[in-house]
Amino acid sequence: MSSVRVLVGTHKGAFILTSDGKRQKWDVSGPHFIGWEIYHMKGSPADPNRLYASQTSGWFGQIIQRSSDGGKTWEQPGTKPGEPTKTPDGMPMGESNKFVYDTSPGSGKPLTTHQWYDGTQHPWEFKRVWHLEPSLTDPNTVYAGIEDAAIFRTTDGGKTWQELAGLRGHGTGPKWAPGAGGMCLHTILLDPKNSKRIFVAISSAGAFRSDDGGTSWKPINRGLKSEYIPDPNAEIGHCVHRIAMHRSRPNTLFMQKHWDVLRTDDAGDNWREVSGNLPTDFGFVIDVHAHEPETVYVVPIKSDSEHFPLEGKLRVYRSRSGGNEWEPLTNGLPQRDCYVNVLRDSMSVDSLDPCGVYFGTTGGQVYASADSGDKWFPIVRDLPPVFSVEVQTLA
Amino acid sequence: MIRVVLPYPLKTLAHVDGEVELTVEGPATLGSVLDALEARYPMLKGTIRDHVTQERRPFLRYFACQEDLSLEPANVTLPDPVISGAEPLVILASIAGG
Repeated sequence: MSSVRVLVGTHKGAFILTSDGKRQKWDVSGPHFIGWEIYHMKGSPADPNRLYASQTSGWFGQIIQRSSDGGKTWEQPGTKPGEPTKTPDGMPMGESNKFVYDTSPGSGKPLTTHQWYDGTQHPWEFKRVWHLEPSLTDPNTVYAGIEDAAIFRTTDGGKTWQELAGLRGHGTGPKWAPGAGGMCLHTILLDPKNSKRIFVAISSAGAFRSDDGGTSWKPINRGLKSEYIPDPNAEIGHCVHRIAMHRSRPNTLFMQKHWDVLRTDDAGDNWREVSGNLPTDFGFVIDVHAHEPETVYVVPIKSDSEHFPLEGKLRVYRSRSGGNEWEPLTNGLPQRDCYVNVLRDSMSVDSLDPCGVYFGTTGGQVYASADSGDKWFPIVRDLPPVFSVEVQTLA
Repeated sequence: MIRVVLPYPLKTLAHVDGEVELTVEGPATLGSVLDALEARYPMLKGTIRDHVTQERRPFLRYFACQEDLSLEPANVTLPDPVISGAEPLVILASIAGG
């Protein structure tokens, strides 16, 4: 019988929630990495027992954790105690938390500065890994989205990381600027039908696409309109919060921008707004039903200065028409006095039938629906603030 | 034998319970002790000092014999009681957050 594993990253550790396919009774494992911020955890589609986690701290910096048994045990994938830390020719080995920007002359046009809040240029500084996206086919290959915004890749299971420097180096990098949450690369989507195509999104630079496996990149922001920047239709500078894709239609993407919900049907070349009848089109999360590529979920948040649900009512909105026409889903969700937020990596779906939908809140709840959103229940209520939710459907 | 006291989160990462004891080749300086610590516990690389610049992370401090060594250069020789093992080098995580 199928089962479900929900990977939850929080402000103070990681939790793993498991259930059988009925999704009624849940086991809670954790906290793992207690006291540390876990920005994101995700499993490999090629080996569901291979998990990766981004563990981070203002005191001690970045750690990468890896599990090969579905989260029962974890290890830092770098050099083991007692092993040499350098190769015979003096090169460092296995530093799994070493994310160093590529400044070599041979990899395009490496940048040293981006735009700061006051308009001046500011050096690129590594802060943390926001998102880990394992390859669809190789458990040892993982992409990492980092702050300050860049994309890195490992091909040795996380022992070493190399920047795909063509993203920062493609030309608009000096104009990128941080949003309120920092300048983070938070979304990485791998095209299941085209192994060379990768989509990323950066706050607040916008969306970008590579068609050659990450070597070269171009902005894909035509159709985005952001009234809060000097040129609302600029090529870059848009605060994209999240992008989602259905595996069967990788050219169709759905975007939750700072304000506005949008879609593209040509792999990002052109976007159009589909906010429709949403009560507010500000928000962070967006995801697509596992079996219905035109069924989309968002959680509207009141505004950019008031990060909580409108009227204190926690409502997921579902569109069954690919946007524009949205219905509130409230059954089982608090409909008064609710002032939590739902952060950008905190919604996910399983691939069971009916499709399960999951999201976590900054109040520490992880809500689930086992019927595509019609009814909701809390799996857990009192975790630390939830940063990320990823779901694995296990055979 | 040099004794080093790690903050709790780094003990967890290094899978150690109490103090760490290190043998340092050559002069026992702040830098050489941290080099020896990272060589024995490579999972700590980058958590105390920046990978590239080797600068101390901002919210960590180094103490020994009730003296703050945090701003000392890496090549400063550690106090005799630390070199003899009578006193530990303490790596301290600052209390921050309110």
